[in-house]
Amino acid sequence: MNCELSGNTLHGYLDGELDAVRAAEFEQHMAGCGDCQRSLSIMSSLREGLHQADLYQGAPSRLRSRIADDLGSQTRSSTAKWKWLLIPAVSLALVLITLRVGNVLTHYRTDSNRLQAELIDAHVRSLQPGHLTDVQSTDQHTVKPWFDGKLDFIPPVEDFSRQGFPLVGGRLDVLEGRNVAVLVYGRRKHWINLFVWPEVTPPAISSEGSRQGYNWLNWHEGETQFCLVSDVSSGDLHELQQLIRH
Amino acid sequence: MLLASDKIRFEQLVLPHVDAAVNLARWLLRNPDDAEDVAQEAVLRAFRFFGGFRGGDARAWLLQIVRNSCYTWLEKRMPSELITEFNEELHPGMSINPETIALQASDRTKLLNALESLPVRAREVIVLRELEGCSYKEISEVTGIPMGTVMSTLSRAREKLAQILSGSARKEASNEL
Repeated sequence: MNCELSGNTLHGYLDGELDAVRAAEFEQHMAGCGDCQRSLSIMSSLREGLHQADLYQGAPSRLRSRIADDLGSQTRSSTAKWKWLLIPAVSLALVLITLRVGNVLTHYRTDSNRLQAELIDAHVRSLQPGHLTDVQSTDQHTVKPWFDGKLDFIPPVEDFSRQGFPLVGGRLDVLEGRNVAVLVYGRRKHWINLFVWPEVTPPAISSEGSRQGYNWLNWHEGETQFCLVSDVSSGDLHELQQLIRH
Repeated sequence: MLLASDKIRFEQLVLPHVDAAVNLARWLLRNPDDAEDVAQEAVLRAFRFFGGFRGGDARAWLLQIVRNSCYTWLEKRMPSELITEFNEELHPGMSINPETIALQASDRTKLLNALESLPVRAREVIVLRELEGCSYKEISEVTGIPMGTVMSTLSRAREKLAQILSGSARKEASNEL
């Protein structure tokens, strides 16, 4: 590999980290550069191998409970003074208070921030056990009819297993007080939520960004609004967006 | 002592990334048991420092703490791990065949061994990028590599991984003769 770009720009291209202009320039260069074509083919098979090989090792449940114990012993609620209180009651009360405070705070957020925050919150909520899908199926012909009669619109449903984004299922969720359709896709060990809702005027939310370690990507087609939210990279989100738009 | 409200915020923002913490520790230390211990300790440290978390990317914040804990662990027990720099070891003249790499990379065991035999500073960027799906900005936050050199660091790490796979293919071929 002797071409200078193959040791640098090519990787930004592969990772979706170049802006549109630089990506187009690189594609143009690559069309006439054997080194870069060869190198891209090598790097793509490496990447594909790494994604297929199931090398990710998450936390076993015993570690999660060890961590929960650690946190419990570090908080004030477990000291003698509070012992008479039932922990579930405290937690419930605090959750309620947090929700109330959260509600009050959201009034002070701008509209775009509020929608962003709601999307990320909905994504985080969906990751709680049992909340990800209402209908669990990798078959688009099962998921699509499930929405029928539950919403006043039908979201487009397609499986992209072969491209590395298997359809996992769908559910209903609420954004800004209205029902929206959510399709769930897998990406390696991660989940991607695709929110779909009809919107005549595009909402005031920037087309992409990240918050609390989650990325979102937002666009509209005609009067339908789409938003992808996940902890996968924005490159992966763009890849899925391309598939959905085709 | 932290307040119970801190704990709830921590549970919402940081605990969803415990999988990422364990995965990174497992690949930095190359041992699942040690990885769990170090990740547990790192999460507890993160909780103690949670007051200093200014918002933003909670995953990158946690992974940065996990990485520091892993490096401290390696310094104490396997200091040689941290000495190996991978930059100088490249053999730019070595030719790599795309078909060989495609074949080797589709074999899980070979790929796992190759990834484990990478120097730790090369291994971590590949794990963060390909297994964890981190952006360059996040990789820079976690590892402290300047934003402008993440791309070239990844490039050298992938090149090195391709060379290891290519080398092991060559060895197999000569054994068969």
